[in-house]
Amino acid sequence: MIKADAELDCLGLYCPMPIAKTVEKMKELKPGEILAILADDEGIKSDIPAWCQATGNELLAIQEENGKYRIFIRKKRRLNGKMGMSGLRLYL
Amino acid sequence: MTKDKMTLILFSGDLDKALAGFNLATAAASMGMEVVIFYTFWGLNILRKEKNQTRSASGGLKRKLFGMINKGGVNKLPLSRFHLAGLGTKMMKQLMKEMKFPSLYELMKLAKSLGVKFVACTTTMGMMGLTKDDLIPEVDEYAGAATYLANAQESKINLFL
Repeated sequence: MIKADAELDCLGLYCPMPIAKTVEKMKELKPGEILAILADDEGIKSDIPAWCQATGNELLAIQEENGKYRIFIRKKRRLNGKMGMSGLRLYL
Repeated sequence: MTKDKMTLILFSGDLDKALAGFNLATAAASMGMEVVIFYTFWGLNILRKEKNQTRSASGGLKRKLFGMINKGGVNKLPLSRFHLAGLGTKMMKQLMKEMKFPSLYELMKLAKSLGVKFVACTTTMGMMGLTKDDLIPEVDEYAGAATYLANAQESKINLFL
């Protein structure tokens, strides 16, 4: 069982809203923290892994139960680009 | 590291095509890509303010007449199929609301908040008698083909809708 630091409810939402909301929510998390995303649009199974690959965040697990998905992702620790300095301060 | 970039030409002023475009634009921006949308021809209708449309169409009778039949505004766009004099479009909007899908206006606002850049084509603005005052203030740049191409040249993904 993975323990999440924060949870995001995307039940009933369709693409691209879960992704856009994930981006918003991830800004609140510190590097290394875990977000659990709850969703029921099947596209999410493929979209969150793709988003993780593109952004460098880590996909931990996808749990599926009765057509609902709980997806755990970890905010990236390694810093690059725009979020460099503020991320660094948070991390140290 | 250079940023991944996507450009989109919105040529159509249809609700469904605009929705598809903004869906991709917001997803791309969420994935960290830089996104530029170039609005030309009927796509300019997406950027039009909804008030005083015929009055503001400037520059001669032809453009005035054209302005009377070519209505714009984010909430006034028709579907490319099954518009059915507005009935089909109305049903589609209700359906979107029921599935908690954002309206085109909300998607545009989201795109803007994610840093998507809006470029309006000045050639078609001239042709249609549209001035900067006729378009919403969210337009970042007024430009032509060379600006689009320069953006497209450095983008991996370039789409025409």
